Amino acid sequence: MGYRMSLPGLDRVMAALGETYDIYAPTASDRGEAPQIRYGRVESARQIELGGQSADSPKSVVFPPLQTMFRFEGGRFEESAADGRGRILFARPCDVNGILRLDRIFLENGGRREYFYDRLRQKLKIFLIECLEGFEGCFCASVGANQADCYDVALRLGGGDVLAAVKNPDFEPFFRACEPCDFTPGSLRGNAKTVRLPAFDDGDLPGIHALPLWGEAAENCVGCGSCNAVCISCSCFDTTDVLYDEKGLSGERRRAWAGCMQEDFALVAGGGNVRKDAADRMRFKVLHKVHGFHRRFGAGHMCVGCGRCDARCPEDISFSGTVDKLAEALKNES
Amino acid sequence: MNHNIMLPAPYRILGVTKETKAEYTFRVACDVETRHGQFFQLSIPKVGEAPISVSARGEGYLEFTIRKVGRLTDGVFGLAAGDTLFMRGPYGTSWPLDEFRHKDLALIAGGTGLAPLRSTLRHFADHPGEVRSLHLIAGFKDLDSVLFAEDLARFREAFHTIATLDGAAAPGFEAGMVTAHIHKIPFASFEDYNVAVVGPPVMMRFVAQELEDLGVPDEKIWVSFERKMSCAVGKCGHCKIDETYVCLEGPVFNYTKARGLLD
Ligand SMILES: Cc1cc2nc3c(=O)[nH]c(=O)nc-3n(C[C@H](O)[C@H](O)[C@H](O)COP(=O)(O)OP(=O)(O)OC[C@H]3O[C@@H](n4cnc5c(N)ncnc54)[C@H](O)[C@@H]3O)c2cc1C
Ligand code: SF4
Ligand code: SF4
Ligand code: FES
Repeated sequence: MGYRMSLPGLDRVMAALGETYDIYAPTASDRGEAPQIRYGRVESARQIELGGQSADSPKSVVFPPLQTMFRFEGGRFEESAADGRGRILFARPCDVNGILRLDRIFLENGGRREYFYDRLRQKLKIFLIECLEGFEGCFCASVGANQADCYDVALRLGGGDVLAAVKNPDFEPFFRACEPCDFTPGSLRGNAKTVRLPAFDDGDLPGIHALPLWGEAAENCVGCGSCNAVCISCSCFDTTDVLYDEKGLSGERRRAWAGCMQEDFALVAGGGNVRKDAADRMRFKVLHKVHGFHRRFGAGHMCVGCGRCDARCPEDISFSGTVDKLAEALKNES
Repeated sequence: MNHNIMLPAPYRILGVTKETKAEYTFRVACDVETRHGQFFQLSIPKVGEAPISVSARGEGYLEFTIRKVGRLTDGVFGLAAGDTLFMRGPYGTSWPLDEFRHKDLALIAGGTGLAPLRSTLRHFADHPGEVRSLHLIAGFKDLDSVLFAEDLARFREAFHTIATLDGAAAPGFEAGMVTAHIHKIPFASFEDYNVAVVGPPVMMRFVAQELEDLGVPDEKIWVSFERKMSCAVGKCGHCKIDETYVCLEGPVFNYTKARGLLD
C-alpha cells in the first residue's frame, strides 16, 4: 500500500515505531572536526539528514565495529547476550544492496549462517530512502546497485509531503492514519560520475597482477584501513580475547572490523606476508570488489558504488579511479 | 536460532609429546570424525584461536603437532595432560584418499608440513595393500628438528623413504633440501600416481617447479595451503585468494586449482 503524509505525520509514525524499534538514519553529527552526516539513532523525521552522503556506512547496525561474541568464565564459553529490540534502518539503495552483500558472506558463504550477524540481521527492518540523484562521488548505476527491491517500507523524503510504499504488512498499522495514494519508489538513472568496469577471465590474472597501475594507485597508501572501515560491503574481521580477571580466568572474546588494506591482514606465522606491499593489497581489494565476489556469488559486484572509500582516504587515493584505469588498461590490451 | 559456528567446546588433553624444542604433539580426548588433512581451530580463553591440522587420530583421541611461533601456540605449550583445550572443527578439505588408492603415491613434506600428512602415512602403513607404492621425502632443518622419530622408523620400513637434513648428512639422513631428492622418485615407472606436497610456501613453490621439470602433470599434484585464518568458516575474509576461501575450498587443493591462486 502507498501512503501520503506530512512531515509531522511521519513524526507520529516514527514515534509509534519507536516504541518497538530503535531507528537508525543518517543524521547530523558533531563528532570529528567539521559537522558531518553520520548514521545514528533518531526519533523524529527532522533528525534525518538528507543533504549529502553519510560519512560512514550503516553496516554497524548489523555488524558492529567491535562486538563481544563470547564471555568466558571458569573454563566455559558463553554467547554474549543479545539486544532484544528490533532495528529500523533508513538506507539508500546502495547501502541496502550493500547489506545484501554482507548477507552473502555471513549467511550463505560456506553453507553456514554466522550466529552474531544473523542475530542482528533477523531484527533488522529496512526503510528504503528513494534516491533519484545521488551525490558527488557516488557511482551506484555503474555497478548496478542503484535499485533495491529488498525493503519493508520505501519512502520519498525531502520534498514537502512524504510518500511511503509499505511492502511488509506488519508495518501497515503504523501508516493507517495516513492518506492512501499510489507510490512506487523510482531509481536513479545515472550518476554524475561513471566508472567503467573491467571485463576479464581468470587467464588474464597474471597479466593484471603485473600492471603498473596498482603501484601507482597505492604509492601513498599508509595502510590505515579507513577505506575498508567505511565500506558497506567490507565484512572482514579479527577476533581478540580480553581478560577481566587472570585468577578466575574470566573475560571475553571479541571481534573487530579488519581490512585487507592493513599491512598485517594476511600476515602468517613466520612473518611471511602473502601480499607484500600496498600495491598488492590495492590490487587484491579492487579485484575482489569488482570481480572475485561476483565470480563467487553471481549476485552483482561487491562494490555498490557509494564512493565513501574515495571520500575518506587521507591520501586521496581513488578506488573508483583505479577500477576505471583497470578497465582502460584491459581495453587497450585487447 | 541456528548453531553457533564460532563457539569452541572444551576437550581434555591426554598427553604431550615433545617432538623437538619448538614442536610438541598434543593428544586430545575427542571422538569427532575427521578426514585426513583437515584442521581444527584450537583456542585458549584469554589468548585466542589458531588453525592446527590433525596430525593423528585414534580410538577416542586426536593429535595436533604444534610449532611454537606466537601467542596461541605459546599458550598451548603451557598446557599439560589433564588441562582443557578448546576446539571447534573439523574444517576444510582433505587428502583425496579414494584418488590415492591402488595407485603409486609420493608424499613430500618440509618441516612441520609432515604433521598434516602423518595420519595419511599411518593409514597406508596400516593398510599396505591400498597403494601400489609409497615414496616419502621428509625434509628437516637439522637433526634437532626431526619430527615423529617413532613413526619415521616405521615409515622407513613400510615405504620408500628419504629423510633429509638441510645441512650436512647424518646416519639415516641425506643432505640437502627435499627438492634435490625428488628426481629419485621413479615417476617414469609409475602407471598412475599422485603427489602430495606440504611445507613452507617457498618450499612448495620449488617442489612444484621441480615436479613440473620432471614432467609431472598438474592434476597429479596435491598441496595444502597455510593462510592467516581467524574464523575457518568463510566469514572473516583473512584466508581469501580472489574468490577462493582457503578455509572452505582448501587447505588441500589440486594443483590445477592451486597454480592459479595468486595472492
Ligand atoms: C589449515 C592450517 C593448518 C595448520 N596446521 C598447523 C599445524 O599442524 N601445526 C602448526 O604448528 N601450525 C599449523 N598452522 C599454522 C598455525 O595456524 C600458525 O602458526 C598459528 O596461527 C600461529 O598462531 P599464534 O597465535 O601462535 O601466532 P600469532 O601470535 O598470531 O603470530 C602470528 C605471526 O606474528 C608473529 N609474531 C608473533 N608475536 C610476535 C611479536 N611479538 N613480534 C613480532 N612478530 C610476532 C609470528 O612470528 C607470526 O608470524 C596451520 C595453519 C593453517 C592455515
Ligand atoms: S568499495 Fe568504495 S565505493 Fe565500493 S561500496 Fe565500498 S566504500 Fe563504497
Ligand atoms: S584509506 Fe587510503 S591510505 Fe588508508 S588504507 Fe585505504 S587506500 Fe590506503
Ligand atoms: S579463515 Fe575466515 S574466511 Fe577463511
